[in-house]
Amino acid sequence: MDLAGLLTFNVATGIATLVLITLGLGVIYGMMRIINLAHGEFMMLGAYTAVMANGAGVNIWIAMLVLPPLVVGAVGLILERTVIRFLYGRMMDTMLATWGISLGLIGLITTLYGNVVRGVSTPVGSFEIGRYGASLYSLVIIATALAVLTGMFLLLRMTKFGLILRATMQNPRMAAAMGVSPDRIYMATFGLGAALAGLAGGVLAPISGVSPSMGAAYISRAFITVLGGGPAIVTGTGLASSVFGFINELVSFRTTPVIGDVALLVAAILLIRVLPQGITGRYLRRSL
Amino acid sequence: MSPAMNAIEPLPLSSGPDAVPAAKPALLSVEGLHSGYGRIPILGGVSLTVGEGEFVGILGHNGMGKTTLLRTLMGYLPVTAGRIRLGGEDIARRSPTARARLGMGFVPQGREIFATLSVRENLRMGCLLSDRDEDETIADILTVFPRLKAYLDRPGGALSGGEQQLLALARCLCGNPRILLLDEPTEGIQPSIIEEIIETLQAIGRARGLTILLVEQNLTFIAGLSERVLILQKGVVTREIPPEIARDRAMIEEFVGME
Repeated sequence: MDLAGLLTFNVATGIATLVLITLGLGVIYGMMRIINLAHGEFMMLGAYTAVMANGAGVNIWIAMLVLPPLVVGAVGLILERTVIRFLYGRMMDTMLATWGISLGLIGLITTLYGNVVRGVSTPVGSFEIGRYGASLYSLVIIATALAVLTGMFLLLRMTKFGLILRATMQNPRMAAAMGVSPDRIYMATFGLGAALAGLAGGVLAPISGVSPSMGAAYISRAFITVLGGGPAIVTGTGLASSVFGFINELVSFRTTPVIGDVALLVAAILLIRVLPQGITGRYLRRSL
Repeated sequence: MSPAMNAIEPLPLSSGPDAVPAAKPALLSVEGLHSGYGRIPILGGVSLTVGEGEFVGILGHNGMGKTTLLRTLMGYLPVTAGRIRLGGEDIARRSPTARARLGMGFVPQGREIFATLSVRENLRMGCLLSDRDEDETIADILTVFPRLKAYLDRPGGALSGGEQQLLALARCLCGNPRILLLDEPTEGIQPSIIEEIIETLQAIGRARGLTILLVEQNLTFIAGLSERVLILQKGVVTREIPPEIARDRAMIEEFVGME
């Protein structure tokens, strides 16, 4: 019984982690069909922001939850204005450009802070599930993931900005005829996606080694989850994270984390084979 | 209609701020407009004017440049030469967004409503350009298009072609445009709705003093709405059908047949 409780908790944590690392990428891909290969490095920047701010004496919660999205969102806006906006509609070019940005960011951070692994200590302790100890910090991850998913849903569903986003995503030319500037909307979307990546980096900083190349550890899983989820940003990310997170954690528990990652990949390949457009490409198509 | 116009002509009300004696000051004027796709020229010097409150129809067969003309006026295609003036302001280099904000309303060929957005959300998008209260504007437009009332929460893509056309019109009118550019609104639409569109446009035209530039190949529709009809051939306006003929479908047919 205790074991089942622990397992459920770990599965929930795994799903929440996937949601966090995927949503920023999903927003950018879903809205603009841009594959942001610098996504992992945006997360890395978020993690560094958390480490540096915490080192400078900033309250750990602010350093993890507030500063990373602000800093990385600003970096995203600058990159969109200087690089990405010239490449809309050219998928290969944007992939190359964002790959270049990713290498540049790794180089920059290595130069500034050295190729060493840093860390932040988790701000909360542990608790017991029966005979087992579990990290309270996992609860923070789960809560953050729920908050960003809900927030994203409310933003898209309830606000005028969300309405304009959805309309522009569908038909930018027609949105322009209603007085919307698609250019501005793309800029805001890219900034939002970058901010979400930054938040993910900040929140995950205490449980991962913070180094210049840490993004690589997340990027592939994030991509798989975006593709598996399909066009609906919130529902797709939520569902695909649930499926992959569940399989990954369960297999990791029975065997080893490496086999768990293998199982996740196999599940992703099967899913894409059966549903080439992702889950929401076939089901729940009208969801957000 | 035109005797009535003549009757009010001398009143200072209709003469506008620059006090030009003309009955209908040009709202949209196009001079020597050239445009095309990439290096392929389609428009070879189109000139026309649309007066304030006027309904102008442009008749032409497929491939004569009708859609290209409207897309160039709206700013989706670059102007390679010539001028477009809206209310005196040169807008030939402005973006579609800027033109929409200056009062160009566009109902494109194929409607292009937002398919996964609900009918209400489509209308709300149309309201972005209006500074009036959103709910009021939508309530108003629904009195003009009562048929849409029943579908407010359905996705726009679930409506029939004709209903989508009504929605596209309603969406555009929510923004209270100064001029409405209409691209073949009858294409692929059942005749009963064509009648409804004609009646609706005539009614709001009278009520709001709407200005319309319409491109069409449906003679009934163009004759039912237009005060003047221009004929577009191979990218230029070749002739103008006088108003007394433009009102009568049979006479337009004869007129066009003379070519």
